[in-house]
Parts: sequence; structure tokens; C-alpha cells
Amino acid sequence: MTTKSRPGESGEASVGALRSPVVAEMGRQTAKSKTAARPTATRWELFIAFSRISLSSFGGAIFWARRELVERRRWLGEREFVDIFTLGQLLPGPNVLNLTVIVGHRFAGWSGALAGVAGFLGWPCLVVIGMGLLYQRYGSLPQAQHALAGMSSVAAGLLLATVIKLATVLPRHWRPWLFGLLAFAAVGILRWPLFWAIGALAPAAIFFAWREQE
Amino acid sequence: MADIDLIGLFFHFLLLWFLAIGGPSTIFPGVHRYIVDVHHLLTNAQFAELYTLAQVAPGPNAMYVTLIGWHLAGWKGVIATTIPLLVPALTLTLLVGHLNERYPNAPIARAIRRGLMPITIGLVFASATILMRTVNHNGYGYLITFATVAVILRKSWNPLWLFAGGALVGLAGLV
Repeated sequence: MTTKSRPGESGEASVGALRSPVVAEMGRQTAKSKTAARPTATRWELFIAFSRISLSSFGGAIFWARRELVERRRWLGEREFVDIFTLGQLLPGPNVLNLTVIVGHRFAGWSGALAGVAGFLGWPCLVVIGMGLLYQRYGSLPQAQHALAGMSSVAAGLLLATVIKLATVLPRHWRPWLFGLLAFAAVGILRWPLFWAIGALAPAAIFFAWREQE
Repeated sequence: MADIDLIGLFFHFLLLWFLAIGGPSTIFPGVHRYIVDVHHLLTNAQFAELYTLAQVAPGPNAMYVTLIGWHLAGWKGVIATTIPLLVPALTLTLLVGHLNERYPNAPIARAIRRGLMPITIGLVFASATILMRTVNHNGYGYLITFATVAVILRKSWNPLWLFAGGALVGLAGLV
């Protein structure tokens, strides 16, 4: 895996070496303009790559995105991939959709971003509509109702397990846990509208995180 | 069915998706509140069933909004619920992605990330408990939910097997 990502990284390093050490440190970003050192992708390739990611991803697209973009096509180095994914997590919306837009735009501009999005969301859209047709026709059958009830309990378990995994990265400090609990209580127990809950908590949370840094 | 305010739905979902920091699970309570509690477009059970169906489909798990849109109003509903999901990605993400490439280590970016992370986790926890109370009507339901948690945390099985197991327990008439 590490050997696979090496060609791209050494190419970037050589571009960075031509510049000052400080720029070399940010070589990952500056190398972007030197297209010769980087892999290229057309709109069609972006569409196909993100279609493959989308159609293979049952229960989480991130695993398949890494496999396609880093291992199979080598469009991104390991670190680049993590950087873009982290950014995608921070921004609103589905994480891998944000990653799709950033990668598509980097390789082929606006139309590249749209080609990636079409591949990533187009197929699931059609599958889900097919499911909607089946649900409207057979959804009220007792067997379908029973099977769906059992599956719904599994879906709730998946979400709960995701939270537990996420919470392990929280720092061992009372303040982040307090903000987490307040957000939970506001929306999960008091059933406040999301807008007011985030509007009330986010500025304070960012302020404290900012002050802590200094 | 004909009196669904699709324009209102569109703009409400647009607002929600701009709040969806950390992913679609964050805004699950907002979608549920709008569709079930405020506008009574679906019953609790219908909402849970459509959500679950979409989890079994390939692709991002946010697609449950598309399925709900289709169920409510066909193609127009798909547009009203799915386009809002794309807007933050095609505006904010491109803008911030660009800024981030220019200023990779800005302190304000770190503060926002560290400040918002716990809130995101709290909101996903709220989503999980709301969904759990929506779908489970007896002890067997909760048993399936907690068994799923235990398996996911210990094994790296494909979740589709768990859905198949849940469907079988359901067909046995236990939940």
C-alpha cells in the first residue's frame, strides 16, 4: 500500500525541492499547479470512478472511496486522501459527497465536480426510487412489515454503534463532553429545532476551543 | 397528498443540509421533526420503514431523504428533497476546499473543528435514540438494536448480514 502511493509523493517532493523549504513543506498544495507531476483524470473517468465507489458501498462509502482513489487509480496519496476526507467531515452534508466534489473539481474543474457527483449520487437515486416503487406496491403486506420492523431495529443499532465509535476520539476533558451532552439533550430530549440548538451551542463551543489554543 | 408544500419542504431541507456538520446523521432529528411531528406527512412507522429501506441501498446513507421525497410526491418530491443535499457540497465545500489549500493550518479552522466535533457527536447520539424509540416497540426490538451495536463494535462484518438477520427475526413475528 505504501509503495503504491510513493510515485506520486516523490513527484511532489521534487517539485517542492525546487522552491524554498517552507514552500516544500506545503508542496502538497503547490504541486497542484504542476500538472506534469500529478495524475490526471477526465470527466468520464471521474464519473466511472465515483459510480464504482457508490455502487460498491453498502454501509459506508469511505472504505470504497479510499480503495478506488488511492489504491486502484492512484489519483491521491494516502495523506492527501485523509486531508480531503477530514475536510469533508467538517463541512455540512454527506462526507463522501464533499470528497467527491473536491476531487472532481481538482482534476477537471466545475464539470469534473458535477461528473463525480452524477456518478456518486445518480445510481443510488435510481436504486432508492426502485425501492420506493416496491414499497408502494408491497410495503403494506404483513410479511414486508415484519421484515422491515426487524431491519429497522438493526438500522438503529448501526447508528448507535457509530456514535460510540465517534465518541472515542473526544478528548478526556469535561468541556467537550458537556457540549456533546447539551446538544444531545436539546435535540434528543427537549426536541428543539436543530437550527436553534446549533445556533445556541456552536458559537460558545468554538469560542472555548479558540481560547484553549492560545 | 396534493397539498404538500414542496417549496417549503425544499427550503427547510436546504437550511437543514447547511447545518449537517459531520454528516447526514446530524440532521436526522430535524428531518424527522419536520416530516412527522410538524407536518404529519408520514407516520412514525412509515418514516422508520423508508429510512431503513434506504440504509439497505448502495451509496451514501443520506439517500433516505430521496426515498421520502419519492414516496410523498414522485419526481417533484425527489427534486425537493435531493437538490438541497447537493447545494452545500457544490458551494461551501468548493469555497472552503479552495481556502484550505491556500491556508492549510489556520488556527480558526482548528478551533472550529475542535469546537464542533462534540456537538456533532451529541447530535448523532440524539438521532440514534430518536430512531431507537421510533422503531422499537418491545423488548425484542431493543435486543436486536443492542445486539447490532455489540457485533459492529467487535466484528468487521458487512452490515447487510445484520439486516438479513433482523429481517428474519422480524418475519418470525417477534418485533
